[in-house]
Amino acid sequence: MLDNQNNDTKTNPDRRQFMKRLWAFFGLAAVAEFAWLGLSFMNSRKDRNRPVKTASIVTAGAVEQFTPATVTAIPVGQFYLACLADGSFLALSRTCTHLGCSVPWDEEKNQFVCPCHGSTFSLNGEVLSAPAPRPLDTYPVRIENGIVKVDTSVPRKRERFESAQATRI
Amino acid sequence: MKQSRRSITDLILHLHPQTVPRETLRVTLSWGLGGMAAVLVGLLFLTGILLLLVYQSSPTNAYASILTLTREVPFGLWIRNIHHWSANLLVIVAVLHLLRVVLTGAFGPGRRLNWMIGLLLLFLLLASNFTGYLLPWDQLAYWAVTICTSMLGYIPLCGPWLQELFRGGAEIGPGTLANFFVLHAAFIPGGLFILLLWHFWLVRKAGGLVQVEREEPVPVERVPTVPDLVVREAAFGLVLVALVLILAVVWNAPLLDQANPGMSPNPAKAPWYFMGFQELLLHLHPVFAVFVWPLLGAAALLCVPFWRESALPGGVWFGSERGRTLAVWTIVAGTFATLAMILLDNLLLHASNVAALDTLVTRGLLPTGLLAGLLAGLYLWLTRKQHYSRAETVMAGILLAMVVLVVCTIIGVWFRGAEMHLAWPWGQGGG
Repeated sequence: MLDNQNNDTKTNPDRRQFMKRLWAFFGLAAVAEFAWLGLSFMNSRKDRNRPVKTASIVTAGAVEQFTPATVTAIPVGQFYLACLADGSFLALSRTCTHLGCSVPWDEEKNQFVCPCHGSTFSLNGEVLSAPAPRPLDTYPVRIENGIVKVDTSVPRKRERFESAQATRI
Repeated sequence: MKQSRRSITDLILHLHPQTVPRETLRVTLSWGLGGMAAVLVGLLFLTGILLLLVYQSSPTNAYASILTLTREVPFGLWIRNIHHWSANLLVIVAVLHLLRVVLTGAFGPGRRLNWMIGLLLLFLLLASNFTGYLLPWDQLAYWAVTICTSMLGYIPLCGPWLQELFRGGAEIGPGTLANFFVLHAAFIPGGLFILLLWHFWLVRKAGGLVQVEREEPVPVERVPTVPDLVVREAAFGLVLVALVLILAVVWNAPLLDQANPGMSPNPAKAPWYFMGFQELLLHLHPVFAVFVWPLLGAAALLCVPFWRESALPGGVWFGSERGRTLAVWTIVAGTFATLAMILLDNLLLHASNVAALDTLVTRGLLPTGLLAGLLAGLYLWLTRKQHYSRAETVMAGILLAMVVLVVCTIIGVWFRGAEMHLAWPWGQGGG
C-alpha cells in the first residue's frame, strides 16, 4: 500500500501535485464564499438602517434671544448654535471630529473641550489644540422672519472657518 | 475503573508528551503563565455560557438584562464578576507570557509559527475584551463603540466602508450591538479555541518548553508527564481559580449609567488595558495613532523571529548577566524618556501658536521619523559601540516598547483628570 503510493508519486508526480492544488483551490474558494456571505449579511443591515436623508428643520429660536459671542446648546437638534461676535450664526455639530465623542461647551474657558482626547475648539468651531484634525462640522442655518432655523439632516465638513459659513440676518 | 482512568491519562497525553525534561518543570523558567492563561480562558468560556442565558443583545434590553442578572439571578453578580476578573487577569497574564517568551528566547527557529499564532491569540483576546465591554450598553460601552468605529474611519481607502459595515448603518444602533455580540460570543471564542489547540500542539512539536542549549550532549533527564507535570499544572490552575473566585466576591465589575448618546462622560476613559492606546491618541494624528503605528508595531512583532539570530539563547532569562543589566537600563531609561516626552508634548499641545500647523506632519510624519531614527541609532550604538548581540538588542527594543506602553497606561489610568488633562490622582476629587 505504502509502496504503491510511493511508486505513484514517483511515476506520476504531476497528477498528484495537480490534485493537491485543486483541493487547496476548492478550500480557499469555500473560505472566500463564506466570507462573502458574512459580508453580505452585514451589508444588508447597513442598507436597511440607512437614515432617510430628508430635510429635518429645527427651530432654534428668535434672533434676539442670542447675544453675540455666545454658544447655546439646542438639545432637540443635537447641535450648538454659536452667535459670533459680529452677530452672525453658525450651527455646530456637537460630535468631535476626532473620534465622535460629544463635545460640551465650557463657558468659563470660552471653548469646546472634548472629554475623550482633550481636543479644544473655539467659538466658531476651529481647532485650538490637537488631536482633532478639522473644525467642528456645521449645519445650514436660515433666518426666516427673525427666527433661526437649522437643517440638521446632513452635517457639512470643512477644513477651516471662513466667515461665509456663518449666516447673517 | 482502571480502564477509565487510563483513558483520561491518554487524553492528557494528547496535549502533553509522555515524558518531559525535568529542567522545564522549573517554575522560574515559565512561571506557569501559558497554563494560567489557558485556565482563565476556560473560566471565561464557562461563565460566558451562563451569561448567555440571561443577556439580551438589543440596545433597549441589554442594560436591563445586566441589571436583572446582577439583582435577580442567583449568583448572577458573582458569575459576571468572575467573567470580568478572568478577562482582566488574562490580559496581564498573556502580556507577561509574551514577555517571558521574549526574555527566555523562545521564539527562534522551530517556534516561529507558534510566535505568530501567539500574537494572533493576543489580538483576539484584546478584541474579545473590547467587544465584551460593549455588550452592557452602558456609558462606557456606548462611547467606546463610538470611538472605536470612528477609528475605523481613519483607515486609508476602505475606512468609511469598514466603519459603516461595523456600525451596521451610518449611525450606532441595533445593528452595531448585534455585530459586536456575534463577534464576542461566537466568532472570537471559536477562533480562540482553534488557535489555542494549535498553540499547545506546536509547543509539543517544538519539543516542549525552551531549554538551555548545552555545549556537549548530556543525556536529558526526563520525568513522566503524569504525574510530575500534571500535578504542577493542577496546583497552579486551582490556586488561580480560587484567586479569581475570591476577587469576584470582593470586587464588583463596573457598570456605568445607561448609554446616553447626548453626553460623553468626562473624562471618558477606556478600560485600563487600552489606556496606553488612548494616550497615543492624545498625542498623535489619528491616522498615525489608529493605522500607521499599530500596523508598524504588529509587522515588527510578526517579523522579529524571521530576523536571523534575533532570539536570545534559549532557556536563560535575559540571555546572560550582561543582558539582564541591559534590560534594567532599558526599563529605567525608557521610563524617564517616556515621562519626559509626555510632559514635553503636553506643553506643545497647549501652546497657542501650534494649532495652525499641519498636524499630519507635526503629529504624524515627524514623530514617526524621529522614532525610527532613534531606534536605528540606538540599535547601531548598542551593537557596534557597546558590542551587544543582535538578540540582546532586539530584547531591549521589545522591552522598551513594553515600558512605553506601561508608562502610558499608568499615566492614563491615574494621572489624567477631567478633559484628559494631566492631574494628580489625589487632586481629581473622587475620580
